[in-house]
Amino acid sequence: MLNKTPLWKTLMVILVIAVAGLYALPNIYGEDHAVQISPDRNAVIDSTVLLNAEQALADAGIKIKGSKFDADSKQILIRLENPDQQNQARETIAAELGNKFIVANNLAPDTPEWLKALGGEPLKLGLDLRGGVHFLMEVDMNTVLKDNLQSLRDELRRSLRIEKIRYRTVEVEGNSVSVLFRDADMLSLAESFIKRTKPDVVVSESGELTLKVVFSELSLKETRDNAVKQNITIMRNRVNQLGVAEPLIQRQGPDRIVVQLPGIQDTAYAKQILNATATLEFRLVDTEHDVRDALNGRVPPGSILIDNDKTGRPELLVDTIALKGSHIVDARAGVDENGRPQVNIKLDSEGGAQITAFSRENVRKPMATVFIEYKPLPERDENDKPVFEKIQRVISVATIQTTLGQAFRITGLDSPGEAHNLALLLRAGALIAPIQIVEERTVGPSLGKENIELGQTAILYGLVLVLAFMLFYYKKFGLVANAALLANLILIIGVMGLIPGATLTLPGMAGIVLTVGMAVDANVLIFERIREELREGRGPQQAIHHGYDSAFSTILDANITTLIAAVILFGIGTGPIKGFSITLAIGIITSMFTAIVVTRVIVNNVWGGKRVTKLSV
Amino acid sequence: MFQLIKLNDVVDFMKLRVPAMIMSGALLISSMISLGVNGLNWGLDFTGGTLIEVGYEQPAQLDAIRQQMNNGGFPDAVVQNFGSSRDVLIRLAPREGVKAAELGDQVVSLLRADGSQVEQRRIEFVGPNVGDELTEQGGLAMLVALLCILIYVAMRFEWRFALGSVLALAHDVIITLGLFSVIQMEFDLNVLAALLAVIGYSLNDTIVVCDRIRENFRKMRKGEPVEVVNNSLTQTLSRTIITSLTTILVLVALFYFGGAIIHGFATALLFGVFIGTYSSIYIASSMALLLGVSREDLMPPEVEKEGADQEPLI
Repeated sequence: MLNKTPLWKTLMVILVIAVAGLYALPNIYGEDHAVQISPDRNAVIDSTVLLNAEQALADAGIKIKGSKFDADSKQILIRLENPDQQNQARETIAAELGNKFIVANNLAPDTPEWLKALGGEPLKLGLDLRGGVHFLMEVDMNTVLKDNLQSLRDELRRSLRIEKIRYRTVEVEGNSVSVLFRDADMLSLAESFIKRTKPDVVVSESGELTLKVVFSELSLKETRDNAVKQNITIMRNRVNQLGVAEPLIQRQGPDRIVVQLPGIQDTAYAKQILNATATLEFRLVDTEHDVRDALNGRVPPGSILIDNDKTGRPELLVDTIALKGSHIVDARAGVDENGRPQVNIKLDSEGGAQITAFSRENVRKPMATVFIEYKPLPERDENDKPVFEKIQRVISVATIQTTLGQAFRITGLDSPGEAHNLALLLRAGALIAPIQIVEERTVGPSLGKENIELGQTAILYGLVLVLAFMLFYYKKFGLVANAALLANLILIIGVMGLIPGATLTLPGMAGIVLTVGMAVDANVLIFERIREELREGRGPQQAIHHGYDSAFSTILDANITTLIAAVILFGIGTGPIKGFSITLAIGIITSMFTAIVVTRVIVNNVWGGKRVTKLSV
Repeated sequence: MFQLIKLNDVVDFMKLRVPAMIMSGALLISSMISLGVNGLNWGLDFTGGTLIEVGYEQPAQLDAIRQQMNNGGFPDAVVQNFGSSRDVLIRLAPREGVKAAELGDQVVSLLRADGSQVEQRRIEFVGPNVGDELTEQGGLAMLVALLCILIYVAMRFEWRFALGSVLALAHDVIITLGLFSVIQMEFDLNVLAALLAVIGYSLNDTIVVCDRIRENFRKMRKGEPVEVVNNSLTQTLSRTIITSLTTILVLVALFYFGGAIIHGFATALLFGVFIGTYSSIYIASSMALLLGVSREDLMPPEVEKEGADQEPLI
């Protein structure tokens, strides 16, 4: 018998649509404005924290809708009755709990528990729909490499001196460090010493009595990777300070980092914190030479002149760096016994060992804190990368009172404000490689909401127009196509909810609109075929059978070629364009299923296997 | 049954082949001239620079804002309405030396300086490097897409059809680009995406027509190639028109309700669908004819069955 669908096939179609419908369901429940609390570094989070937070909110007169402490993710989520009180609630809780916890605004989906247990979650919205900031940052590798060459130079000077290998000079030259010797014996001694002790460099003789030391390819790659990784870690710390619920910080390509902060309100403040490309170095003040000589152009070798911010005069400092800012773990502003402002600094263990060894030899000597900023210059280098100008200034000079340990303090600051600023920059973690924002997209929260409404309206009107047309033109068969179209919409939303990392963007919504228009194409093809068959005098059953059969390969070819375009879009696109290509691709695949399989099942169950004299097509 | 177009006779589409070719040629040449002379109004995504969208409570006074920007040290700022009279879009060219990421905030605080209520709706900044990369990638994507499609169609059909459809696609893309060049509408990343969607759509159309031509070549043993093509176009005409109609319906909805950000996207697609429908009728098939497509090329390869040359046993 023609046009009979086996029962299992009908059931399978129903099952597929039901499952997709189940996973599309969370989207019709709204979202609650909520405050999310998570512990910073070593703080312990438990239900007492929740009780404290709830008490603080009750005192402030803020009503809550619900709260939950999740021991696994170490997070507390408090849902609010009134969305306008979100900021107020966050500030109240932050004030109550102090700086041991990160308090962030969040949107919590109001999905029922049973749906959540099945893994049902509403679609993730892109930044253009939700509001927020997107940054693309580029790490300046040239500076990292230059810095590394300088530490290599310092390291060579030190170790050669300890080994009693006499050299004339050790200087950075281009991409290498050149070591000049007085005689060939010392040179060969040094060469074998460096080869033995430093696996990450390549040594070669170049010219008379000169050794050229360069980093190996492997170690250069490692340096680059580490620079990006460290920047990512630092960005994460800084983002934590901002209190953003679901930040995304990700490497993109060899030297770029993507930072996305959804739902953030004060974007200017976020940029200030993220963009603080400052590093710190501690150097000894050169007390053996005269500053005035240096000012007249006779800077002694091994020393440099750096302007002092406070006095306005330059300071003569020892070129060798005592300690780099990257070893700083924590820094807090406070007051000393006499009530004067100070900054307490904590170092990692490596930094602690370095500062202990250094300060033991230099007690009673003044040590300067050098603040380094990188500002991008107008010109670009041969690789078209931005060139940075290094601006160094001395922000404090303090005498080393005693041997310093892993924790020490800087005193002699003028005001609490100065101490606060210094601590903030230190705490945010010093960057080893300067970073520059090369792309930014900020969408205000109200525009995001507007975009969602616009997208929904466009989809709705587009859908209604197409449904009305199909019903008018194809009568009962049009109704079947319309059912398939609605099923297609449910499938798209359901499938997108199941794909991890798929986000809905405004162009993505445009993709759905386009799919709605194009999805009916397959049905138009089939129905036109059926009409043709009928015109040629075939019976209704024959017409349906041949209509579906002969339209199939056409539909397949047409859709595969569109799929090729969607895949290429996905490959090259970023952000919103990726969103568009995902919905387009999903739409193509689901529409083939609904337009061919789903309509066939309906048509067969309604008309198939019966005596039909006339088709309403 | 209700029919949009009632066709009892075969329409002689190919009679207009030469005038259509001339028209397409003229459109192509004027598009290329406009692209060469006017160029495209490249959006921020490609040029780099800063874009700030702000919202006022009352209809915004553009002249006053321009004056404000001028006094604030941004004489090059382009100020225009966006979507409604209360929303204003300000564009700044890439600026050297200034930390570009702070530029947007500077402008917003400048506009707020006189005490007016200004809502910061959107800030976009794209570094010049990123823009260049994007232009390169976009062009590359277009070429790769056309190439992949060429290969697929050549595999599934025949090289004459493949060449015909890819030429039709290039025709659609160039003329759509030409439109954007003539009306100087901004060409941003969304429009690029729309252009790729146009490729997908127009191809869809072309494939349907080619498929029918192939089928008819096999069915109509006696027909001349021109006759076969005319027949196929007539048979697929109502489908072509209905699909274009439904797509145009949703695109009109998108254009009117999707907001100002989506305008470029919707415009490119609307025009693209229109020109794509025309090109699948006139360009793809007449190119295939011009290249000398014949019945022999489209016959299914003879399947050699084992034992086919032997006498059947029963």
